[in-house]
Amino acid sequence: MRYAMAIDTKKCVGCSDCVVACQTENDVPIGYCRDWIVEICDGTYPQLEIEMRSERCNHCENSPCVRCCPTGASHYEEGGIVTVTEHKCIGCGACVASCPYDARYSHPKGYVDKCTFCIHRVKKGQQPACVAVCPTKCMYFGDLDNPNSEVSQVLKKRKSKTLIPEAGTKPHVYYLI
Amino acid sequence: MREEIITSGRLNPHIDPHLAIWHWHIPLYLFLGGLAAGIMFFASLYTILGKENKYSGAVKRAPIIVPFILVIGLIALFFDLKHKLYFWQLYTTIRIQSPMSWGAWTLMAITPLSLVWVALHIREWFPKWDWKFSIVIEIEQFLQKYKKVIAWVILYFSVILGIYTGILFSAFNARPLWNTSILGPLFLTSGLSAAAAVIILFSRRPKERMNFAKIDIMLIGIELFLIVHMFMGFLASTQVQIEAANLFLGGPYTAPFWIFVVIIGMIIPAILEFLELRKFHIPAVIPVVLVLFGSLMLRFIIAYAGQMSRWLY
Repeated sequence: MRYAMAIDTKKCVGCSDCVVACQTENDVPIGYCRDWIVEICDGTYPQLEIEMRSERCNHCENSPCVRCCPTGASHYEEGGIVTVTEHKCIGCGACVASCPYDARYSHPKGYVDKCTFCIHRVKKGQQPACVAVCPTKCMYFGDLDNPNSEVSQVLKKRKSKTLIPEAGTKPHVYYLI
Repeated sequence: MREEIITSGRLNPHIDPHLAIWHWHIPLYLFLGGLAAGIMFFASLYTILGKENKYSGAVKRAPIIVPFILVIGLIALFFDLKHKLYFWQLYTTIRIQSPMSWGAWTLMAITPLSLVWVALHIREWFPKWDWKFSIVIEIEQFLQKYKKVIAWVILYFSVILGIYTGILFSAFNARPLWNTSILGPLFLTSGLSAAAAVIILFSRRPKERMNFAKIDIMLIGIELFLIVHMFMGFLASTQVQIEAANLFLGGPYTAPFWIFVVIIGMIIPAILEFLELRKFHIPAVIPVVLVLFGSLMLRFIIAYAGQMSRWLY
């Protein structure tokens, strides 16, 4: 089992519905976000190209945050989901500094918080909140080890990339390009 | 002209516009830890070499400050934690891949060892010291017998502590400026140099002071070499590391780094110590304070600049 997400940069319109859905579902404190929209405008005017990305924790296979955590609070759940055990976290900030995607933040209550791929929903067989609400249906979530899953199928058909693969983290959020 | 405009909707506190998760606590602690490691290194080294009386400043006098600075460092570290009441979780596990974990355990070992060391040499400061209880006297006599063994243990732990202060940063590949293995030896050397300076202050024998001035000049030379080496490495590396180096080569940290760390903290004290060896009269406290200032600034600047260096946007 290896959970992954694929996000279609051609279909995403940057509406931020995923951001709001995540904040509501996970009770994210005001002023913080676990996922966010990035818009990249590239080219020479008037030949400009826009890429929309809904970004979040990449649930890396070789996670620097899990490696550097001194207490084991940051750990891999089943299917490679990276989560933080609140009562084990001392709030040292090592994992926050170790993430090349800056996907973590220090929760006002002290522990470190991040995207969990909505593991509480996934365990019930539901989709993560961001995927469930996306109005353009540009996000795909599922098991990479299952060749018939939606995410495996779409990654087979479409060209994709991951963010800064050269950082060696083996990210598992794919962007369809 | 080709342009790339990146707009991010993320504005998490202490993360954006650039990482600011670590403030003054960490560099202060790294400085104190490095200094403590340096003092304990020289104290144990000269004990092992059997030169306790020749180098009494290093072996018997200077270590008295070590438990204090370690405790101050630990308090700073505690204040840095944001989930403070759970700090004991550090000591429920040993995670070999996490420098912070084995750093915490090293501190757990070296802090009581430094207290033992001070207790064994307490009569240097208080000649009439009396342990009063016979059991304490017996323990002291027992430990005195095994002082060389204790010195060996302290020697290892002090090197680990000194290197760890740099490895804590270099283990983060997410921050290109920190992601260089030079930081371990650089911080170790800087800690040893700061310790040599403090020993000069504590020593009462002119010969010992002169020897430590020589040691300090040599260590500053090594530091300068390591700094040059670090930038050479960055500039020959990937784009993100070239950009990290540029923070110091024209970027916002250029003036603070080269003026405070290199000129005021290394070159000037080295010249002053050299002149002292040439029999010029220079108050010992001046180069000592400058070396300590440079050592502290090195950690502050590396800590803050590292958080500005990044991979993405």
